[in-house]
Amino acid sequence: MNAPQSFWRRWVFSLDHKVIGLQFLVYSAFFLVAGGALALAIRWQLAWPWSKVPIVGEALYPATGGVMTPEGYTVLFTLHGTIMIFFVVVPLLLGAFGNFLLPLMIGARDMAFPRLNLASFWLMVPAGAIALASFFVASGGPASGWTAYPPLATIARAAPGSGLGQTLWLLSLFLAGVSSTIGAINYAATVIQLRAPGMTWTRLPLTVWSLFFSSIIQLVALPVLTAGAVLQLADRMVGTGFYTPANLVVNQFSPEGAGHAAGGLPLLWQHLFWFYSHPAVYVMVLPAMGMVSDVLAVHGRKPVFGYKPMVLSMGVIVVLGMFVWGHHMFVSGLDPAAGTAFMLSTILIALPSSVKVFNWLATLWGSRPRYDTAFLNAVGFVALFVIGGLSGLWLASTPVDVPLHDTALVVGHFHFVVFGGSMFAVFAALHHWFPKMTGRRLDERLGKLHFVGTFVLTACVFLLMHQLGMAGQPRRVADPYVYPGLAHLKPLNVFITKSALLLAAWQVFLVVNVVKTLLARPAGEKNPWDATTLEWETPSPPPHGNFDLDPVVLRGPYEYGGSGERDHVRQVEPA
Amino acid sequence: MRRLTVLLIVLLAAACVWSFVVAREHGWWFPRNVSAFGERIDHLFELITWIAGAVLVIVFLLLALVVWRGARAGRAERAHGDTRLEVAWTVLPAGVLVFLAYDQLDEWRELKYAGSRPNVPVTARVVASQFDWHFVYPGRDGRFDTLDDLETAYELSVPEDEPVVLELVSRDVIHSFFVPALRVKQDVVPGMRPVIWFEARESGAYEIVCAELCGWGHYKMAGELAVLPRARFDARLVELEREFASNGEAAR
Repeated sequence: MNAPQSFWRRWVFSLDHKVIGLQFLVYSAFFLVAGGALALAIRWQLAWPWSKVPIVGEALYPATGGVMTPEGYTVLFTLHGTIMIFFVVVPLLLGAFGNFLLPLMIGARDMAFPRLNLASFWLMVPAGAIALASFFVASGGPASGWTAYPPLATIARAAPGSGLGQTLWLLSLFLAGVSSTIGAINYAATVIQLRAPGMTWTRLPLTVWSLFFSSIIQLVALPVLTAGAVLQLADRMVGTGFYTPANLVVNQFSPEGAGHAAGGLPLLWQHLFWFYSHPAVYVMVLPAMGMVSDVLAVHGRKPVFGYKPMVLSMGVIVVLGMFVWGHHMFVSGLDPAAGTAFMLSTILIALPSSVKVFNWLATLWGSRPRYDTAFLNAVGFVALFVIGGLSGLWLASTPVDVPLHDTALVVGHFHFVVFGGSMFAVFAALHHWFPKMTGRRLDERLGKLHFVGTFVLTACVFLLMHQLGMAGQPRRVADPYVYPGLAHLKPLNVFITKSALLLAAWQVFLVVNVVKTLLARPAGEKNPWDATTLEWETPSPPPHGNFDLDPVVLRGPYEYGGSGERDHVRQVEPA
Repeated sequence: MRRLTVLLIVLLAAACVWSFVVAREHGWWFPRNVSAFGERIDHLFELITWIAGAVLVIVFLLLALVVWRGARAGRAERAHGDTRLEVAWTVLPAGVLVFLAYDQLDEWRELKYAGSRPNVPVTARVVASQFDWHFVYPGRDGRFDTLDDLETAYELSVPEDEPVVLELVSRDVIHSFFVPALRVKQDVVPGMRPVIWFEARESGAYEIVCAELCGWGHYKMAGELAVLPRARFDARLVELEREFASNGEAAR
């Protein structure tokens, strides 16, 4: 298994979980740039509608001399959402960090199914390529939002992008869904089967727990969306009518007249879609929570406070998270009694998250932090995640959601969770585990500079979106100022756009830091942070097969502080 | 870095508070409410805002404090948890959340449950299609889909200080009927005929906004709600009748 390998076997079609993890890392970094560029174009239009888009305008909108078109705008936010969720955050947390860390942290030599692991990456390649290709379809890119609500999404005449563009979007979603499902099978099986001797369930680092729980969500919920997407494909391609009601006249066109079956339910898609896509939020935030817990303990030199409540609260999130999807549908025509039930479950799910926040605060209480970049980003995660969580309270409340649903407030809310939360956890994890991945530490001065600017600018971009939403600016409108009642919001939109441009530019410090560090000679420190968990028991970067001798675990993952000889006791150290 | 981080945390908390304190004077708050029910939604919003704001300030100050205290000499205590604390910070937020959930049950029931629908005939039917709002009044016979139905586009007139019931219909894709000043929003789903009700308390013109992505022209799918005193509302219907009749003659 560990014999020398050809270049192709080693770096391209590798079975090594670490290489696949790095492939996912590069993959999601590429899509992060693409998705970020789309976000900037969206912000440009919201601040200065119908003005020439700089740099890329003339290439993208040649017909108008570089000015955005209304249909072009709908493609932008459709692909921004799709890319960021399915091709950036999920593959970044599960594909990249999950793959790299999971076997190392439980003392395994690889994943349970290395070939499935290979397949899960190589399914993502066509999935991402098809999503990108859909942007360039002559009839128009997919334009029905990342939520793809029928009939807008299912009837080709409903929108320019609801032709080939939408078909490609569905194919891409299907491939990504299959990839994530087999990835989840692999993670769950690996945690269940391949833990090192002594690595009991209560000695697992919280990162491992969070990846395990995320995999459970993927296993239970994702097949529902994948199947739903197949039904939508069938509606489009073979004339079924799962989601299409009778008697429509779309753009002077009768779907039934053209042989489409009718009598379907648009709300059926919304249920199937949100049954996965709400739990997907927890897929995007649980691993972030797990990694932040680990980073706070290692860099705060203190055990995680309340290990069992931390695990239990994640478990509660997994279960309860399957029963809150209806809060996306309070004003959709959902039975109001169901609305009440979903309101109750949604309010309730705030509880495990708040328990986690208090445990992080208690972990930090009396800690002796190093105030290094990994630690700062983890603290940044806690702060920004709290804002995103609290602004969710408005949306959980059924009556209050009525004026706020589908406004910019919702956009602000979930960006605090996914950008402020997940991405800051990724920054923390990157600084923390970069030495293990590459044998080199990232530069601390550049890292801190990146953190401070990114933290401030994140607040500048997303905080005031709450006010935009309160004032009534809807989501997904190409030009809010069509409504005279929103004209006075322009300065706010301009401020947000300028902050977003600066936020994107600020990421140069991260890029320079990574490139500079990669060019430097590896120091190969095995355990630069004096950490206790198993991934630090092997050389940096670890060889194929991870451990020369299988580690034997003797204690829990968070033995920091105290009055012993050193301020930490590793999981493999005898008493 | 420790001081800077503490400063950043405190500044962010201050920015959050500031953004709500100054929101009204900048017009970043909800538009002035003119519906009988909207007041109660606004009240709930403010209640949640106060609770969330208090939690935010407390959590951020605690976060700043624990980050600040980290510079002391010596090692951290190897403490793994405390059951009493866990129980305390589970039960306390649970109490607040249960109160919040309970406090909004009545509003939601009155807003949406079929039993709360005012006992008046449907005032008008809202017909949404890409990218226009059309409105149909039942005419003198009080019934829809008869010859005397009155149809108009863009502007929906409703009487002031009376319960208004609207039936929402879409011809093509999903739209959403959103009147910010009334705190009213309902998706218009083809194949369904959702019914909404409200009572506008102030005559005037208010924006109708489409709040659900409905295609390339979604951004410009605007309309206007004209709230008229009863007499003027009746006059408006007569005027529509006359227009309708003269159009009919012109066609002949």
